[in-house]
Amino acid sequence: MPDFLQIEHIRKTFPGVIALDDVSFSVTGGEIHTLLGENGAGKSTLMNVLTGLYHPDRGEIRIDGQKVGFTSPRDSLSCGIGMVHQHFMLVPAHSVFENILLALDNVPNLFNRKEYRARIKQLIDQFGLDLDLDSPVWKLSIGAQQWIELIKLLMRDCRLLILDEPTAVLTPQEADRLFSVLQQLKQQGKSIIFISHKMREVMQISDRVTILKKGHSIATLERGSFDENRLASLMIGTDQIPEWQKNLQMSEEIVLEIQGLSVRNDRGLSDLDSFDLKLKKGEILGIAGVAGNGQKALAEVLTGLKSASQGRIMAKDKDITHSDAKKAYIAGIAHIPEDRKSIGIAPDMSVDENLIMKSFRNGAFSHWIFQDKKAIRRNAAEKIDQFAIKTGPDGSPVRYLSGGNIQKVIIARELSEKPAVLVALYPTRGLDIGSAEYVHKVIADGADRGMSTILIAEDLDELLKLSDRIAVMFRGQLVGYVDPRNTTREEIGLMMSGEKQGVAG
Amino acid sequence: MLEILLDATVRAGTPILFATLGAIINERAGIINLGIEGLMLIGAVAGFAATHASGSLLIGVIAAFVLAFLAGSIHALITVQLRGNQIVSGLALTMFGIGMTALFGKEMVGLTITGFERIAIPGLSLLPVIGKPFFNQDLLIYFSFVLVALIWLFFYRTRWGLAVRTLGENPAAADTCGVPVNLYRFLAVTIGSGIVGIGGAYLSLASTPMWIENMSGGRGWIAVALVIFAGWSSPRAMLGAYLFGGITAMQLRFQAMGTTISAHILQMLPYAFTILVLVISTMRLAKGASQQPESLGQPYDREDRK
Repeated sequence: MPDFLQIEHIRKTFPGVIALDDVSFSVTGGEIHTLLGENGAGKSTLMNVLTGLYHPDRGEIRIDGQKVGFTSPRDSLSCGIGMVHQHFMLVPAHSVFENILLALDNVPNLFNRKEYRARIKQLIDQFGLDLDLDSPVWKLSIGAQQWIELIKLLMRDCRLLILDEPTAVLTPQEADRLFSVLQQLKQQGKSIIFISHKMREVMQISDRVTILKKGHSIATLERGSFDENRLASLMIGTDQIPEWQKNLQMSEEIVLEIQGLSVRNDRGLSDLDSFDLKLKKGEILGIAGVAGNGQKALAEVLTGLKSASQGRIMAKDKDITHSDAKKAYIAGIAHIPEDRKSIGIAPDMSVDENLIMKSFRNGAFSHWIFQDKKAIRRNAAEKIDQFAIKTGPDGSPVRYLSGGNIQKVIIARELSEKPAVLVALYPTRGLDIGSAEYVHKVIADGADRGMSTILIAEDLDELLKLSDRIAVMFRGQLVGYVDPRNTTREEIGLMMSGEKQGVAG
Repeated sequence: MLEILLDATVRAGTPILFATLGAIINERAGIINLGIEGLMLIGAVAGFAATHASGSLLIGVIAAFVLAFLAGSIHALITVQLRGNQIVSGLALTMFGIGMTALFGKEMVGLTITGFERIAIPGLSLLPVIGKPFFNQDLLIYFSFVLVALIWLFFYRTRWGLAVRTLGENPAAADTCGVPVNLYRFLAVTIGSGIVGIGGAYLSLASTPMWIENMSGGRGWIAVALVIFAGWSSPRAMLGAYLFGGITAMQLRFQAMGTTISAHILQMLPYAFTILVLVISTMRLAKGASQQPESLGQPYDREDRK
């Protein structure tokens, strides 16, 4: 009997980019098959081909041995393939009920509300979830939104579920719960394609692992024939990983203190709610928390993009919340933003121009009112060399660079003025391992020079490795601090869901 | 006195009500249509010509719907299939409508037909105050009442309606749920345009049973504004249209009474009111109580990489 799903020699190009080049793998009934690869390896593109969102240039997809040609998600859904996308396909303004209802098959156009509500409620109860069907989706936590996506697929009786980095938005405990549900579904004979780059999880739940690298499928391994090292070496290949050493920072001097800070969002709700934080000189302070618990607001208020409705920001015992000093102080805070393409750079301007964006007023780059092109070029050449940025031809727009190199451009610019404080929001998100290590090295080197870093990240392993202290956030409040050398993932997980307090101060 | 004023309110508000309802259907699916003014004129001229030729008001209304539907399909083709700029396409449609109706309407200027007549609904029309204004009217007005309810039911009680609302909010979500995005958007634009056409036909078949060049007189633009005032909801569109109708009725009344205020200033009032309405509803939008479909104005390309 042929495998449930076979994918053969798929190729997909976008203007100027080969996203997938000769990818083959197969999925059998009742297995959890992991797709492993660095960002940019083509995992999401491949899944978009499989769900009919992208049309492949070449290659074929077979289901139960029959060749299928998907022209839309409708086709792949009717073959029983469903996906939880990394960016959820939900309508925030619509209720939970409406979001799920639209995903159902065979709903008459004039439907019986009561009947469908009962059916959805039944499935929600079956998983012991606490979801209010009438609540608009935007009011729910990201974790709950992911359950809605999963319920959408289960209501449709999909045979193959694709989950694209589902644990990125979950606490370790929630992730475990998800895994046990996935095991249940597997026992029911459903196939699951699981996408992740967190080794721990891959080892935990995969029956087979297929490794993608630069658009090629390079190996499929059975359970028992892989371990973390082998997977990592296959995934990264021969790329150089920079080495760095972390020194323990001992200073007790407080450079920045936040007291009872509240920030409201556009909907009038509190993103930060009486939040407190103390940042010591030369330390790397990790911020742990499930996405959407106020991390973004924290970064924005510290970098002057948002203002506080309550509370104080103190720089070395001086209140700078509302004073003129704030502007100057904040101008000295380096910022690695979350969304590097939309606010980190000016995508259509060149690398040279992007690199001087923070210091363009500086006399070093101008003659009278004109730009000093030579000085700008010299500065860029220096930075490109120092940060090992791989650029295209001189003067080409920065958006043609890979994610890792764009991030290096941002870091090079932000660190050029030797800041005392760096606020880094998910600085390694979407980067390959080599680039991510490079970012870690830069942050650790900065700490040695006395720069204090607020590192907001979603990967606990990253936080545990890099931080001197970890502060945990939940619903816009500080839960407490933990010592990364003296804690467990479980403890942080419980704090992230607000179930456990940490030590104060 | 109040009865007469209310009666004039409903009659002045109805063409705008139809136009607003049509625009709501467009925008709920995520497509901005600034061609409303042109579509009203097309409906008005088509309705008048068909009625004049056939002698049947029903055929006139159908012709208005069909011609506006067809004109709307130009906008749908450009904005949905070709993912063109919705603002430019809509403005072009309005210009096209003004020009074409002036050209083809030339021979019809001065002709007359028998327009829609009042039909009292037994019982209801005897109610005090609201009886006459709402239930001693013509068939198109009764149809507009039904349409308000039908559109509400469509959006909130049918799966089609849910799909169309999702298109306006997040077309990718609809797509991954198996909704044919382009087909539904196309239909929302064309059917919405057809309903706008009926609003135009009301002008030439009921308000004043004749064709006058550019007879919509900016009502299409007011409808575009009222969509925001109405928060994309059909019952509130009714409220908005009648508010506008009420001010129109009042200023006519003032003029008839022979006040010393210049007629030009009085005629300006409904439009000044529209600006006021826009300011107020935009302030409300800015406060975050937004009802605006999130993907309004954005073309959907499935393979677009974000």
